[in-house]
Amino acid sequence: MAAEVAAQPVNGTATGSRARWKHMDTLLSRPGAYTDEDDFAPGSVPIGNIEQSRILVIGAGGLGCEILKNLALSGFKHIDVIDMDTIDFLFREKDVGKAKASVAAEFVMKRCPGCVITPYAGKIQDKDEDYYMQFNLVICGLDSIEARRWINATLVGMVDMENPDSLKPLIDGGTEGFKGQSRVIFPTMTSCIECQLDMHAPRAAVPLCTLATIPRQPQHCIEWAHIIKWEEERKDLVLDTDDPEHITWLYQKALGRAKEFKIEGVTYSMTQGVVKNIIPAIASTNAIVAASCCNEAFKIVTSAASFLGTPGENNYMLYTGDASIYTYTFEHQKKDDCPVCGNLPKDLFVNPESTLGELVEGLAERPEAQLKKPNLRTEEKTLYYSSPASLEESTRPNLKRKISEMLADGEEFAVSDPAFEINFRFIARYA
Amino acid sequence: MAAPAEVPPPLQGIPTAKEKKYDRQLRLWGINGQVALESTHIVLINNGPGVTGVETLKNLVLPNVGEFTIIDSAIVSEADLGVNFFLEDASLGKFRAVEAARLLEELNPGVKGHAVTELLETLITQEKALADYNLIIVAAPIDPAILAKIQAHSQQYRIPTFYLHSVGFFSSFSVYLPPTFPIVETHPDPTSTTDLRLLKPWPALSAFAKEKLKGLEEGTMAAHDKAHIPWLCLLLHYLEKWKQAHDGNVPEAFKEKTAFRDTVRAGDYNEENFDEACAAVLKSLNPPTPPSDVRDILSAPETQNLDKSSAPFWLIANAISKFYQEHGQLPLPGAVPDMKAVSADYIILQNIYKTKARQDSAEVLATVRELEKQLGRPQNFVQDAEVENFCKGAAHIHLVRGRSIQIVEAGKAIQFGDRAKAIAKELTNDESLIGLHIAFLAWDEFVATHHTSSQVAGGQGLKVPGSGTDDFEADAEKMTGIAHKIVDNLIKEAETFVEDPEYSQIKEKIAKFCTEILRAGGGELHNIASLTGGLLAQEVIKVITRQYVPIDNTCLFDGVASRTRVLRI
Ligand SMILES: [Zn+2]
Repeated sequence: MAAEVAAQPVNGTATGSRARWKHMDTLLSRPGAYTDEDDFAPGSVPIGNIEQSRILVIGAGGLGCEILKNLALSGFKHIDVIDMDTIDFLFREKDVGKAKASVAAEFVMKRCPGCVITPYAGKIQDKDEDYYMQFNLVICGLDSIEARRWINATLVGMVDMENPDSLKPLIDGGTEGFKGQSRVIFPTMTSCIECQLDMHAPRAAVPLCTLATIPRQPQHCIEWAHIIKWEEERKDLVLDTDDPEHITWLYQKALGRAKEFKIEGVTYSMTQGVVKNIIPAIASTNAIVAASCCNEAFKIVTSAASFLGTPGENNYMLYTGDASIYTYTFEHQKKDDCPVCGNLPKDLFVNPESTLGELVEGLAERPEAQLKKPNLRTEEKTLYYSSPASLEESTRPNLKRKISEMLADGEEFAVSDPAFEINFRFIARYA
Repeated sequence: MAAPAEVPPPLQGIPTAKEKKYDRQLRLWGINGQVALESTHIVLINNGPGVTGVETLKNLVLPNVGEFTIIDSAIVSEADLGVNFFLEDASLGKFRAVEAARLLEELNPGVKGHAVTELLETLITQEKALADYNLIIVAAPIDPAILAKIQAHSQQYRIPTFYLHSVGFFSSFSVYLPPTFPIVETHPDPTSTTDLRLLKPWPALSAFAKEKLKGLEEGTMAAHDKAHIPWLCLLLHYLEKWKQAHDGNVPEAFKEKTAFRDTVRAGDYNEENFDEACAAVLKSLNPPTPPSDVRDILSAPETQNLDKSSAPFWLIANAISKFYQEHGQLPLPGAVPDMKAVSADYIILQNIYKTKARQDSAEVLATVRELEKQLGRPQNFVQDAEVENFCKGAAHIHLVRGRSIQIVEAGKAIQFGDRAKAIAKELTNDESLIGLHIAFLAWDEFVATHHTSSQVAGGQGLKVPGSGTDDFEADAEKMTGIAHKIVDNLIKEAETFVEDPEYSQIKEKIAKFCTEILRAGGGELHNIASLTGGLLAQEVIKVITRQYVPIDNTCLFDGVASRTRVLRI
């Protein structure tokens, strides 16, 4: 089984001096306690596979850098890395301000001669299928759900049953504070990122009327300054959350508002945290999750031991480190109604008396959809389009209409969002 | 004309460059945790391939640990270059400790690194060899006699000490913590900690709820007001009604609670605050009984029998146990979750809780001051803030009763002592990784009883199983034999009996752990080293900051199945 689903072996043999790889080669040259002869031939095959595989790493931040280092020290020689950001906090102080992808690549290459890391400073959406087709495996170390969903849909879409090379295993890692997860996806064969979307529910947004009229928490005051006050007073200035002057302005506004309502606790640090949506992060959790991802990659490429993502087996490791150390490793089931890898439309429960506008708003928050700029249509008619502007204008009146006027109970409708190359199919179910 | 400029509120707390750099971690352990981290000097006693220890240091250098020292007499070999990120080609032939310390320092100029290259077995004989360090990490393989010396030092000076293994796809580490290691700031999940005392409201709270409900039953309340009654007040109101109809009893059983929820629901079927009230019924109507481990701390001998040397924690625990005896509940934490309400009502509600929390805390503080007097301690030996903090988190305090690290002695059976019965039970638990722990014990015993002719780090001439070119199978057999003997001794020590087929399955599982460990020949895989270094660094941070809950006391990682397991050995 393992050999079938593993990234296609490149069937190379080891070349050059292997003295520096003594530890790894010793292990790869001996049979494992959990391997059988059909899956794993000790020696030159797994070693050659490592040397010749080409790996794509998405993200060169805290997680991505660790991933690059781990891959280079696992003997991989051909690595590409994509990141669109510049450095804030990485390996060395002097690199702050440069493109993350190039600095990370350069730093790791210097320390690990023989490993070629090709950086691309840009967006994953810039690249097409031909580009992604070059890799044996993709590892994602990002904090953006949108980018994950995009690469997931792209890799699932690339699978061509006639061509085993088109199946690119996707390994994904994520962290927040003392928690994290690593998961392995064999596109179309096992549960994908879209199947698992509800595991990462977005935080519920505070209702606008609370911000505008009845704030109770310091965060409400900050959001008010951020969402309402900035628009009112500085609408011509694009908010730059990295500009201390901008944060200071918001902080002062929030502080004034808090004073008026006798709310305590607005601080500069909280303002920054709320406005930038800062996720607490520490080096150790990044190290754990990055290494777990790379360990799976190493096992997939070499077949040296069983790996997460074998169909019918565990594909997900949840990690929690705030109270003792706890991992939960399990199989997340593929969903038939997954908009990316399934073939059935998903039931969506709606109140027929509510408006289409409420449904559209809800799509951003429903854990299973998380669509912020949705376009909705049924087979016959257009319900609502968020963009382009002309269509938005012509369909806007529909937002005020009742669901019961627009969608029959049991009627199928499709939702797309320009952020993703996915068409979500839903069936309206009256509740 | 422009309106006169508003006078901006005074600015406070604009972060410094340093606060900005460490912003994302300060959000986890705060300035106190950071200060503790920055005043720590960690020593890594590095042996074997030595990658996991260095990866651990990386995760401590990045968040700005004070100082670190690497004790390692090894010379950099080519095999080191392929697995250790903190060495470069030019390091070849130089001292590994010196090179790694230099490259680690490069990550963060704020951290001072040191290297000691003296042979461990001579170094350890010096009296003050470990005197400078307040946390010790030891990597296997190591001569057990030296490890025992290190642990004796740790126990004498109460120095937290970690002992780690990382071989092939597997790793483990154990921690020695002082016999009592209390933690106040455990950072429990905020959703699980809300304590509102709805079943025992105090007069100020009841009065406020009554006022907010005026006119609801009579139907004279304005719709806007009704939609903004805080759910907490709604529940208090319906609880009063319930009690009147149920001989003064509150809903206790699950069925009663759901029936109670129906009465709340009947108050209004649409409003959001009624939704919130219904959703809160099941979790908010529990008597505020402290969890059993908190009650254990309150009744512990250290709490009850204070003496002149008792630490502040125990004085406060004693005062809180008195508070608990008197009031039947812990001091009120005082936090109120956000809920639909108009601003002014919510602020009043917050103040009602805060006032009560301050009263409770003041009562505890008064007892603490009294205790200081009785014990002849200086006044304010315990700080106000400590008491306040303790009262806020009283329901979530944690105590680790540290144990020593299990050290193998050549020619002596391994003892599990008072844990023998519990550990023997783990043998038949499919989820357990006790087999991996036993395999590492067997690995240590093998190392303790086999020698090479040449000198290696960790003790003179230690031979690691499977490290030769053609000893894989022979050593696997030997090590498995040792592991099986440990199992048999454990079963005997636990005075239990395991029957077939379970007995054979246990042995088979352990044989597999042994073979897989042997396969690596003592080598480290970088991924496993890095992952283990992450786990270990995180535990170090928890121990240093005394925040969050550390492991008790052994963590095992299985990189084949991708899972961890913590055992109390
Ligand atoms: Zn899917």
